[in-house]
Amino acid sequence: MLNRSFHLEIRTPEQLIYEGDVTSVHAPGVEGNFQILAGHIPFLTALDVGEIRVRESSETSQLMATSGGVFEILRTGVTVLVETAEWASEIDVERAESALARAQEQLKANAPDLNRPRAEAALARAQNRIKVASNL
Amino acid sequence: MATLREIRRRIASIKNIEQVTDAMRVVAAARLRRAQENIIATRPYADKLNMVLGHLISQMDVENEALTHPLLETREIKHACIVSVSADRGLCGSFNSNLIRTTTQRIEHYQESGADVTLICIGRRGHEHFVRRGYDITDSYINIFRQLEFQTAVDVVHEFEHLYTDKKIDKVEVIYNNFKSAILQTVLVEQLLPLEPEIPEGDELFLDYIYEPGQAELFEMLLGKHLNMQMWKVLLDSNAAEQAARMAAMENATQKAKELIDELILQRNRARQTQITTEISEIVSGAAALEGKR
Repeated sequence: MLNRSFHLEIRTPEQLIYEGDVTSVHAPGVEGNFQILAGHIPFLTALDVGEIRVRESSETSQLMATSGGVFEILRTGVTVLVETAEWASEIDVERAESALARAQEQLKANAPDLNRPRAEAALARAQNRIKVASNL
Repeated sequence: MATLREIRRRIASIKNIEQVTDAMRVVAAARLRRAQENIIATRPYADKLNMVLGHLISQMDVENEALTHPLLETREIKHACIVSVSADRGLCGSFNSNLIRTTTQRIEHYQESGADVTLICIGRRGHEHFVRRGYDITDSYINIFRQLEFQTAVDVVHEFEHLYTDKKIDKVEVIYNNFKSAILQTVLVEQLLPLEPEIPEGDELFLDYIYEPGQAELFEMLLGKHLNMQMWKVLLDSNAAEQAARMAAMENATQKAKELIDELILQRNRARQTQITTEISEIVSGAAALEGKR
């Protein structure tokens, strides 16, 4: 039972990130992180900024950073639609850090035309990418 | 009549131009192929997203929950926003001029009905045109086509979505060149906001799902994603159309250059023949003169 696998597809608007049979997947739901195993009932949820961990067998797992999207479970398999997804090994930490610094600066300067939700979202994304990259 | 040397020089320079336009055609063709691949790559995501959204809407209808959302709200149009998608570069036939013409007509249409219009310009060409003429521009995105990123679409959507929910604008339209095929591009005007969700049909949509969080929250999030996706599609489409237009324009230019060269070669031969004839007749008459003296 533990080793039963199911079909997983992770897509972004730009490309297919992952497709294959997995035994489990962890994802950052808006109401908390969750894990899915084979045989789950149909389920639809929103994902928050966070990390997705894909487990193909009990020994190997792969980690990716995402900025949120939709997670859908059907009888036939799981589809994850996210706007961005990056494997931990492919994250450009330098770029993430400069994005982080930029967002912090913007929030600190607090200019009158500052788009606060956007800056905060950028901050959360950058922090998440750095965290995921260091968890490799 | 031009001298032989002048004709030769013109032939050489037109050959150079031909090489350049032909190289540009090849580059545009390669970019077009990549742009088309990008369009195809988004399709599964878009289809899936539409399916999920459609399913959700059909479920909400079933439960008689009214579809209300700030982005669905129709208001009297006092302030309109037009997202005008041009290219960053020229040399692509009537691509930019068609787009600018349609945008201007659209602006006039709104102004006649008493609404003011603000622009979001994507692409340098449109931006420069409208800045020079003093139009009201909320924001411009320049040099984004070289390296198209999904984030750009998200940023653009964020820009007007924000204005819409704050009721600073009452309608958002996008004007762009639609990629019909490699030889046909048409300028399209599409409404982005208020959103008009299609109520889907079909039985397979009625799946028994568990939702988390509730339907309303999910619906809101999906609408945002849907809007991002629409904007992304527009950018990809315009990019493909631009490359196709440039390819056709460069193809024509190369063809014209070839014709011109052929014509000039004829002229050159004629000029050369005249020159030889003159030379021979000079020699002959010179020789004849010498003969006569003896």
